[in-house]
Amino acid sequence: MSKVDLVIIGGGPAGMSAAVAAYDAGLRNILILERDTSLGGILRQCIHNGFGLHRFKEELTGPEYAYRYELQVRERNIPFKLNTMVLNVSPDKVITAMNSEDGMFTIEAGAIILAMGCRERPKGALNIAGSRPAGIFTAGTAQKFVNMDGYMPGKKVVILGSGDIGLIMARRMTLEGAKVEAVCELMPYSGGLARNIEQCLNDFNIPLMLSHTVVEIHGKERVTGVTIAKVDERRKPIPETKQYIECDTLLLSCGLIPENELTRGAGISIDRVTNGAFVDQNRQTDIEGVFACGNVLHVHDLVDYVSEESEIAGKAAAAYIMNGKHEKAVAIELKTDGKIRYTVPQRITSEENVTVYFRVADVYRDVRIVVKDGENVIINKKKQKVAPGEMETVTLTSAMINGITSGSLSFGIEGIN
Amino acid sequence: MYDIVIIGAGVVGGMIARTLAKYDINLCILEKENDVAMGATKANSAIVHAGFDAKEGSLKAKFNVRGSEMMEQVAAELGVKYKRNESLVVAFENERAEIEAIYERGLRNGVKGLSIIEKDELFALEPNLNPDLSCALLAKTGAIVCPYELCIAAVGNAMDNGADLKLDFEVVNIEKNGEVYVITAADGRTVEAKYVINSAGVYSDKIAAMTGDADFNVHPRRGEYMLLDKECGKFTQRTIFHTPTKMGKGILVSPTVDGNLLLGPTAVDMEDKDDTSTTSEGFNTIIDRSTDNANGIPFNKVITSFCGLRAVGSTGDFIIKSRNNVITLAGIESPGLSSAPAIAEYVEELLKEAGMNASLKTDFIPTRKPAHAFREMSLAEKNEIIKKDNRYGRIVCRCEGVTEGEIVEAIHQNPPASDVDGVKRRTRGGMGRCQGGFCSPIVVEILARELERHIDDITKFGKGSVLNYNKTKGDM
Repeated sequence: MSKVDLVIIGGGPAGMSAAVAAYDAGLRNILILERDTSLGGILRQCIHNGFGLHRFKEELTGPEYAYRYELQVRERNIPFKLNTMVLNVSPDKVITAMNSEDGMFTIEAGAIILAMGCRERPKGALNIAGSRPAGIFTAGTAQKFVNMDGYMPGKKVVILGSGDIGLIMARRMTLEGAKVEAVCELMPYSGGLARNIEQCLNDFNIPLMLSHTVVEIHGKERVTGVTIAKVDERRKPIPETKQYIECDTLLLSCGLIPENELTRGAGISIDRVTNGAFVDQNRQTDIEGVFACGNVLHVHDLVDYVSEESEIAGKAAAAYIMNGKHEKAVAIELKTDGKIRYTVPQRITSEENVTVYFRVADVYRDVRIVVKDGENVIINKKKQKVAPGEMETVTLTSAMINGITSGSLSFGIEGIN
Repeated sequence: MYDIVIIGAGVVGGMIARTLAKYDINLCILEKENDVAMGATKANSAIVHAGFDAKEGSLKAKFNVRGSEMMEQVAAELGVKYKRNESLVVAFENERAEIEAIYERGLRNGVKGLSIIEKDELFALEPNLNPDLSCALLAKTGAIVCPYELCIAAVGNAMDNGADLKLDFEVVNIEKNGEVYVITAADGRTVEAKYVINSAGVYSDKIAAMTGDADFNVHPRRGEYMLLDKECGKFTQRTIFHTPTKMGKGILVSPTVDGNLLLGPTAVDMEDKDDTSTTSEGFNTIIDRSTDNANGIPFNKVITSFCGLRAVGSTGDFIIKSRNNVITLAGIESPGLSSAPAIAEYVEELLKEAGMNASLKTDFIPTRKPAHAFREMSLAEKNEIIKKDNRYGRIVCRCEGVTEGEIVEAIHQNPPASDVDGVKRRTRGGMGRCQGGFCSPIVVEILARELERHIDDITKFGKGSVLNYNKTKGDM
């Protein structure tokens, strides 16, 4: 069994950023394990632009953004193994993996960064009635067919769910000559970025049907159509509003699920809201020396934030190896009121500034984001609009953290008055 | 010319083929779909019933009890996963009399290992049951098996021993020409045979009519299911039935041999023999009725739902006839899977009675390499294989851990996988929690490469189930 100081599972944007940050913090014995045929992760198939506006102040495509990090990995000679699937992570940080050259092998890791990304919610999880013909794809699967393999999986398309990949694929399929009939969204608002609704739907006159869902799929061999319906406030379809749309393809963009099978297998506790690990400000999980970052931790809307978060994890993992254990400070728990669904991190064990990322449960206008220590308001930030599709942040200064008396902070949304 | 032709490559036809393949005969299996196990065989409860349900003296009772006894060995020979996980028929206090009646019937049917257990013992065995239940029939011989895996393995074993399989062969006419039956397909192909075995599932009445037997009919009964993530595979250890009604055994809650949790089936009589749509009413029924049996089923962990059509015969029992060298097997609804090995054994007898006079092969191979062989190897054994063929080192389906080597094997073994669903049923690739989201494009590539076809010629399940239409603009 070989020994490596830091093993990073996943060579997508999160894994690469973390590796570079760990290297730049002085750590040298690093290994990235990547299951695909090259570094880059899902960005490789995201050939549209809009990546890197925050990081590089430029509009890059997904592959360009990924390549910038791949170059940084290569310049530093950080080793990586491709086509390598990690099968198990044990609580004492032994990694079992497999590839064609090495067969099955194990590595004893000093520290681990989990950066496995996320997957799309499949059709089967949505309980849509009807037949099960060819022509039902998640938006990401269709994106792989179109952008990586150069094939068109549909000509006449209905999209269920207005997640960003669905919106991007509405435009992509249109540009390739397909007709996108509609994007149906169960919720009364889109889960995608406002700019994607503008640039991918409105610019192409593709209707976004809010509070609508697909209630039945038709077609024996290939999809021949779908029945859609409006839903009531309880998200139940209203039978009188049923309408049939002829199409040969149904794309699904109904949510992303962090891929935490390895995390669960290691016995790390998972936040039921994020579907990712509980972490502190260093993105350290409840197993010391195991960190998580990127979409495996919580689903991000911008890769720029993934890089930012992964640098925190990479730096912290390097410090963990080089400086030994942290002194265990008393953890401050971050609580939410339901209107704010979750925060990352969920706990703080540091006295330095910490940026807290969070998402809201619904669209709220003219509100205040309020952070309280007991009854004591420590942050009170006005917002014109917050929406579930757009991640928000607040920064807790070290002065605020040092001043906490109740042992926890509550994050909530309140009215303007 | 064939000695014997079997019409229908479901689990019944497959088990018969495998049983007859040990004889020195020319054997052919005809299937109207593009793969085997495409009817009720691919969508049922995956249960080897103990045999207490069927009325004593019925063919269902006789073949179920015998089939259940045979299944473990058959599964072992064919390399098919089988688990004697026991079953429970649970009851509320007001259903106790019914439980006692089933127990008595089970004894009369010759089922071993039956007992009635009371609440305390029941909840000690299965803590996740509905707390209002008061007693249960425990059947020690209840088991689970994967029905399509069993069928694929049986047909594969028959083929390994020389049987032919003709796919997309929809029989439209059967004529007797002297001592020979001439069987014609929709596309004009014909085969000839001395003996015809009709195991055509919901269409067995149509096939019987072509052989001059129109005195029964078979109608489809819809059964919808929900399958839950492997995370939930230990929700119950045993198969949980509720006290049965005349429409069937109710909604069961059962682990599968592959470690998922299965809920279903509904039971709705249908006209259309091909309509395997799921319905929102069906989902609601499954959720409501499975909640009668178990407490806190994690319905948010459903990874897929599906629907099968049981072949319900007009007599209420299995319809098994031998006449003019035609053997008809119709109405093989539940417990058809459990009975299949015993039905096959019986068909062998019927053929002998009908004059089949064949000697046994000397080179018959009774066993087949398990589809899951690689996954169950030790680390060292896996490394040996990967050294010889590095495609076994590349995982294609991350959810189920299926390698490229296993997929390539499935494409070239008997019966060969020729489409994405065929690969899925043979390897489990694409059957996990992401339902093929990541691996299906890779499976398509592998199929295209191995079958020397274009990517847009690779289908989901043959015929018109195309996945990709044409190349993108930049790639013309």
